[in-house]
Parts: sequence; structure tokens; C-alpha cells
Amino acid sequence: MNADDIKIELEHLSMAYGPYVVMRDINARVKHGSIFVIMGESGSGKSTLLRTMIGLQPPGEGDILYDGQSFWGLDEEARRVQVRKFGVLFQSSALWSSMTLAENVELPLAQYTDWPQADRQEVVRLKLALVGLAGFEDYYPAEISGGMRKRAGLARAMALDPEILFFDEPSAGLDPVLSRNLDQLILELRDSLGATVVVVTHELASIFTIADDSIFLDAESKTVRVQGNPMELREHSADPKIRTFLTRGEFSERGATP
Amino acid sequence: MTTTACIPNLVVERASPGVLLARVSGNWRERATLPGVEPVRQVLREEPSVKSLEFDTAGLTGWDSRFVAFISQCADMVRGRDIEVQCDGLPEGVRRLLRLAHAVPDKADAHRAVVKASFFRNVGERTIQGWEGILGLFTFLGQNLMALVNLLRGRAQFRWADALQVMEQTGPQALGIVALINFLVGLILAFVGALELARFGASIYVADLVGIATVREMGCIMTGIILCGRTGAAFAAQLGTMKVNEEINALQTFGFSPIEFLVLPRMVALLLMMPFLCVFGDLISIAGGYFVSVGMLDITSTEYVSRTIHAIQLKSFLLGIVKGTFFGFLVAYTGCLRGMQSGQTAAAVGQATTRAVVSGISAIVASDGLFAVLCNALRI
Repeated sequence: MNADDIKIELEHLSMAYGPYVVMRDINARVKHGSIFVIMGESGSGKSTLLRTMIGLQPPGEGDILYDGQSFWGLDEEARRVQVRKFGVLFQSSALWSSMTLAENVELPLAQYTDWPQADRQEVVRLKLALVGLAGFEDYYPAEISGGMRKRAGLARAMALDPEILFFDEPSAGLDPVLSRNLDQLILELRDSLGATVVVVTHELASIFTIADDSIFLDAESKTVRVQGNPMELREHSADPKIRTFLTRGEFSERGATP
Repeated sequence: MTTTACIPNLVVERASPGVLLARVSGNWRERATLPGVEPVRQVLREEPSVKSLEFDTAGLTGWDSRFVAFISQCADMVRGRDIEVQCDGLPEGVRRLLRLAHAVPDKADAHRAVVKASFFRNVGERTIQGWEGILGLFTFLGQNLMALVNLLRGRAQFRWADALQVMEQTGPQALGIVALINFLVGLILAFVGALELARFGASIYVADLVGIATVREMGCIMTGIILCGRTGAAFAAQLGTMKVNEEINALQTFGFSPIEFLVLPRMVALLLMMPFLCVFGDLISIAGGYFVSVGMLDITSTEYVSRTIHAIQLKSFLLGIVKGTFFGFLVAYTGCLRGMQSGQTAAAVGQATTRAVVSGISAIVASDGLFAVLCNALRI
């Protein structure tokens, strides 16, 4: 791997609450422009790792390098500048409930750009149209369905044309059709924006559709059990736990579809 | 079906040497009380040579989860005693449920360990918690002051639209309740004063009593407490809910400071609205006293008004306003602090609201006491 190709480096990330270990010595590298999936069983620390990556929770030890620059070594002010390069889609969408969809997308633009308002509104319309929500500008988050909220959250995450998009369980709470649509949307956005994408999920259909690379976090050791392309891992991994994880779900899913 | 056939019944007998047969009959579905496992336990105790436990359910006309639980309990009872449980006699559904229930073995370490912490450990943990709580208070205060300084320097991520909206909610929309409470307090002060002062023939001094008590103490303190219950609670609930919905996390991931974005508008709104609410409360309270005095005592309108104007000194009036503004700060501070400290569950938001009101009112009354001592020392 060429050093220039590396967008994100996780270096010896560890964290514990008292005697309870949440992450243990997590190391991984994410290539520029790739879709990187963090998978693992419940309680393996996926969400904690994501919170550390987006700056919500400092790690106990270790650091994250974005473009070779230390992230947790920055002071708070500099970190606040760095996170503007991120777009995050939260599991619950986390739209600001007191604002309309258009205001949700516009707020970051209003804060960080000096564009005239007309331009901003055009960009807002474009972003909402990209996720299929044209015409819903003046709706409040409480007035639309869960799937639409998720897409609106994605439009907001893209507001500042982020270099890295983070998704926390994007298919949680969506029906299978909607979550396949979201997978397609993620792929298209990556291809058109050229962004690096980090996804936390344990849904196998998503994992096989979108992932270029992945890590599997182990619930017992709380560390990276394996890194690699999930398709290849399914075929070639010698680790029975990984194979079980990557095949059992698929079988049951096949069983579920008539 | 006869009545006896419906009664759930359990007969435990020895079918052959070493085999215990539990004959179950009747409807195990509708009765409140069922035969427990006690008969089985008793026979097992009396017959140590039992090798197998069988069930006969030919007479069983109905069963539900309690029956399955009963069988499961029997199975638990003989576990570790080298007794075989024969499930063949059980209905198909019961057998399936039992298989399902025992498919995944009990995870022994999943049960919460009930460890009673030692007294000293509890004291230590509470002390550390308390200390961290105090540190949190000052950290939050510091962050707020920094945000205020940033605002004055024009560098805060601050939206006046938000502040104006909060101002409307905390100011004009609170006028009704502020008026009602202060009017009643004015009435009460006048009544109490009138009764006592009439004994000395000094009823006219009711105007002094109501005027001074209102502008120095009651006006600002009542308004502060009303706002604490009304606005402080709302702040805590709003911020707490935003925390539950990850809205605050979302702000942070855009590099927004939640303090400047959420707390500062509320703080500024209350600081700007409180002086007006205080003056308004003062006037209404004095009007309450006026109604009692003019309506029930022999005091003319002119007398009351002129006594009131005479009695109230400018410094008393200003003191009330300053105190009121400070109480406004306390309400915003405690409301936002508790909201930001809220956990991520519905119960935690309720707790945050309660704590906001409790700490707000305590802070108001305590600081009023401090003001009284200071004013006494400074002879204000």
C-alpha cells in the first residue's frame, strides 16, 4: 500500500471503564476512497470505535491519523476544524428537531461558508434531491417517516462535501428494500464524491454489497480479529468464528426469502 | 365435561420400582392456583431410589406457560440427582417449548452479581462522585463565561433567531403566570400587614410594607421561582431530549459548540428578559396590595400611591432588579447544566428536569440569603 493512499490509520486504540475493557489495541488502515466496514457481534465495541473516530469520545490510549495527521493529539479548537471534513449519519438520524429539513442541511453551510443565502438554498435543494427528498424542504423531522429521516440525515451529513462519511448502523429500522436502496446510495455517493466511507453494521447483505475492506471486532477480546474484504474472508478465512458470522446470517436470510 | 374434570390436579405415584409417575389432569389454564411442585418434591425426598420421572397427561384438558414452567421446575429439581426425566407423556407443544428453553444453556456470568460493597467503599465512591459533581458545576460555569466572552467579541457560534425564540417563550408567554402569582403575593402581604398594623392604628404603613417587601425581595424571588419551574424545567427537558436523540452529538460532529449553540441563547434570553419580568412582577404585586388597602382598609387611592412612592428607594428597586437578573442566570445555568448532564433514557430526562428545578430553587433561595447578608454589610 502506498502511504499516500491511506486516509485513516487507527493506532493502538484502547479504552476501558474501570475494569471493563471496551476496546483493546485496535489497529487498522483505511484506503482513500474505499468503503470500510466495521463489523462484529453486539457488545464488541463497534459503536465506541465510531464515536472515537468522529471525536465524540477520547480513547484511553492510542490515536487516529487522518491524512497522516494526529487527531486526538490536536487541541479542541483544531479538532473542531478537523471534524468539519466529516459527515456523520447517526443511527437515529439525529436531525435537529426544531428545524425543517432545509434548515437542518443549511445550518452547517450558514456557519462555515460565506455564500449568499440564495446559493445556500440552491445547494440545500440539491442535497435533498440527491437523497430523493426534493419537495420536502419545509417539513419538520417529526412529520416524515423513519426512512425519509435517515435520508435527510444523509443529506445533512453531505452538506459540507465531506472527505469522510461515517454511517452508524445505516439499515437499522429500515425495511429490506429501503436498506438496499440506501446501500446503492452509499455506493453512488462514494463514486461521485470520491469520499472515503466508514460504515458500522452487522447486516450481511449490506456488508457484501458495499464493503471494499472490513475489520471484525471480537466481543470477547475486544480487538480486531481480522481485517480484509468480507467476500474473501467468507471464502478463505481459516477462522471458524469469522466464517460462521459471515455465512450463518446469509443462510438464514436466504431461508427467509421465498 | 363435568366440573371435576376441569379442576387441575396432580397425583404423584410409583408406577414401578424406581419410576415415579406424575399424573396430571384437568384444565391447567384457567385456574388461579395450580398444584405446585411440592408433591413431587415430597415423594422424591421419601423415595431416594427413584431413577426416572414420567408424566401422564391423558387427563389434561388445557395448559399454558405456567404448565411448561411447572415441568421445567420439576426437571430442575431432579437435576444432578441421576434421575431421568421422560418427556414422552407430555403434549407435543410442551416438549417443543422445553427443548427451545434449554437449547441455549444458562449463561452463568450474565446474572448480576449481588456484591454488597463495604461501607468505606460506598463513602469513597460517593465522595468522588460529589467532588466530580462540584468540578462539573465549575467547568460548566467556566464554559458559559467563555461563551459569553466569545459572544461579546462577536466570535461565538450564536444564532439570534434562537435567542429571540427563547425570549418569546420565557418573556411574554410567562407574563400571565408571573402576574397571577405576584398579584396574590401582594394581596397576602397586604392582608397580613393590615391585620398587624391595624392594632397600632398604623394601617397606612401597609403601603410601605408591600412596596418595600415587593421590590427588595418578593418580586424578584417569586419571579425567579416561577421561571425556574416553568423555564428551567423546559430547558432541562429540551436539552435532555436532544441528548437522547443524539442531536447534541450531531452538533459536535459539525464542529459546533453545544454551549455556544444551545446554552448561550437560553442564557442570553433569560438575562435580557428577567429585568422586565421583575419590574412587571413588582408593579402587579403593588397593585395587589393596592386593591386590599383601598377596598378593605380606610386608605384612599392617593394616599396609597404616594406612600408607596415615598417608601421605595431607588437603590431598593435596583437591588431587586439586579437580584432578579442574577436569579435568571441561575435558572438558565441550572436548567441547561442538568439538561446537558442528562442520561440517554426517558427516565433520565425526567430526572434531569427534577434536578433542574430542585437545584434552581435551592440556588435562588441560598443566593438570596447571601444577598441579604451582603446588603446588610454594605448598608444598601
